[in-house]
Amino acid sequence: MDGALMTVEGLSVSYGDFRALHDISMRFDRGSIVSIIGSNGAGKSTLLNAVMGINRKLSGRVVFDGADITSMRTSAIVAKGVTMSPEGSSVFEDMSVHENLLMGAYLTNSRDKRARMTERAYGLFPALREKSGQLATFLSGGQRQMLAIARALMSDPKLLICDELSLGLAPVVVNDIYDRILDVNEEGVTIVLVEQEVKRSLEFSDYSYVLVKGRVVIEGRSDELSEDEVKDAYFGINKYA
Amino acid sequence: MELFVQTVVSGMLVGGLYAAIGVGLSLVFGIMGLTNIAHGSLMILASFFVMFFSRQVTGGVVTALLLTLAIMALIGALTQGLLINRVLDKGPESALLVTFGLAIIAQNVLQLVFGADYKSISSPFASVNVIDTRWVIVSGEYMVNFLVSVAMLLALHLMIRKTRLGRSIRAAASNVVAAELMGVDTKRAYIYAMCLAMLTGSMGGLLVGQTFGFYSYSGMSYLIIAFGVVVIGGMGSILGTLIGGFILGLAQLLGAYFFGPGVQVLVGYLALLVILALRPRGLLSNMTRK
Repeated sequence: MDGALMTVEGLSVSYGDFRALHDISMRFDRGSIVSIIGSNGAGKSTLLNAVMGINRKLSGRVVFDGADITSMRTSAIVAKGVTMSPEGSSVFEDMSVHENLLMGAYLTNSRDKRARMTERAYGLFPALREKSGQLATFLSGGQRQMLAIARALMSDPKLLICDELSLGLAPVVVNDIYDRILDVNEEGVTIVLVEQEVKRSLEFSDYSYVLVKGRVVIEGRSDELSEDEVKDAYFGINKYA
Repeated sequence: MELFVQTVVSGMLVGGLYAAIGVGLSLVFGIMGLTNIAHGSLMILASFFVMFFSRQVTGGVVTALLLTLAIMALIGALTQGLLINRVLDKGPESALLVTFGLAIIAQNVLQLVFGADYKSISSPFASVNVIDTRWVIVSGEYMVNFLVSVAMLLALHLMIRKTRLGRSIRAAASNVVAAELMGVDTKRAYIYAMCLAMLTGSMGGLLVGQTFGFYSYSGMSYLIIAFGVVVIGGMGSILGTLIGGFILGLAQLLGAYFFGPGVQVLVGYLALLVILALRPRGLLSNMTRK
């Protein structure tokens, strides 16, 4: 690990009078796995939309790989090397698995690179290779999630954000997908895990942030944070509420 | 019996043209969820352009058509980029009202400039029969309408299915946020889609201008045909639009054959109601919207 790949500095987002994020600062070190833990409504989606340029009405700064990407268009951010596998594994239902992957490499002009990235995706998730000609709408929940991750990796990102990988999936499937995420991380891709589930997030990440009502209430090395401490904050039982 | 065969053939031929009229409406709805009320009026605007250019500027229909296609694509890009894209975030109702306004503006401007008389565009194929047997007679004009329409729909279908641009348009149609996350500028994809709709609409404008004639307010009657085709075939499906065109054309002409020409339009829309009752989303609707 050598320094920060991305930093979020003093990020605030408001919807009218409602302030969804309060002065968030985060740091994502090169090659690390960072988890952002929070319940529904904690501001996770707001944070991701702001980072990815989907919502560009914000104050504060997002710096990626030395460049200020605050308020850039999403396409420019993706071109810089940030990518996201969206919540609910929203794949393109009426496209084949292969076409979904091609969409992931939308900004890649080199045919060779597209072919290389497709091979990597199928290598990572062999189940997808078998289904490559099928419409995504016929995939199982786990396969959809794999496709969403594989599609995000097609742009050859430096940083991959995974929004709620485990949502609605059987634990055994989730474990399998998390193992693949570790493989991707081994290849040098920095990972951001955005999750509701505390235990697994702490287990798989190097550093964690806990988001409650739009604020970072706890942060620290994942192996030094206790599950109970995080859960207390998470459920708003004590002083953080 | 001869008359029946002739009726079926004519119904199919005119149905192909109906599909060309409807496909732009279908495309725009399938991709951005917008019901473009101005579709028919902009189509007739193209008819007037072709007529004007071929008489006043170029002398030939082909160059007039090329000029018209360029202008209509530009009108499509500007309308989408400057007007519709800005209101689309506020929901489909605002965008629908914008297109309603556009339709009224187009009709009134055309009436001011060209008056309220019927016009037509001359066709070199009008007086030739390409098929002339005891069973069936087909004029060159109807055959050209049919072939041009079907070729255009197939080209559009392949473009949407097989090319990078087509994929990006389908991605924007399927899931805006996911498409943006792939790096697709969805607002720009909408502009391309509107341009494609304008190009197909202009072709429709040329063909109906040659075959049926038009005046400043014709747009609304073609919009109704387009609606019929698209509702039967399923909003957003190009092949569905083609089938929808055939069904509406056949229903109208068979209605005229069995019950008299006075009720042909009525029979066409009765067919629509029957299909709507059986399959409320249309026969084919493969572009799922969220």
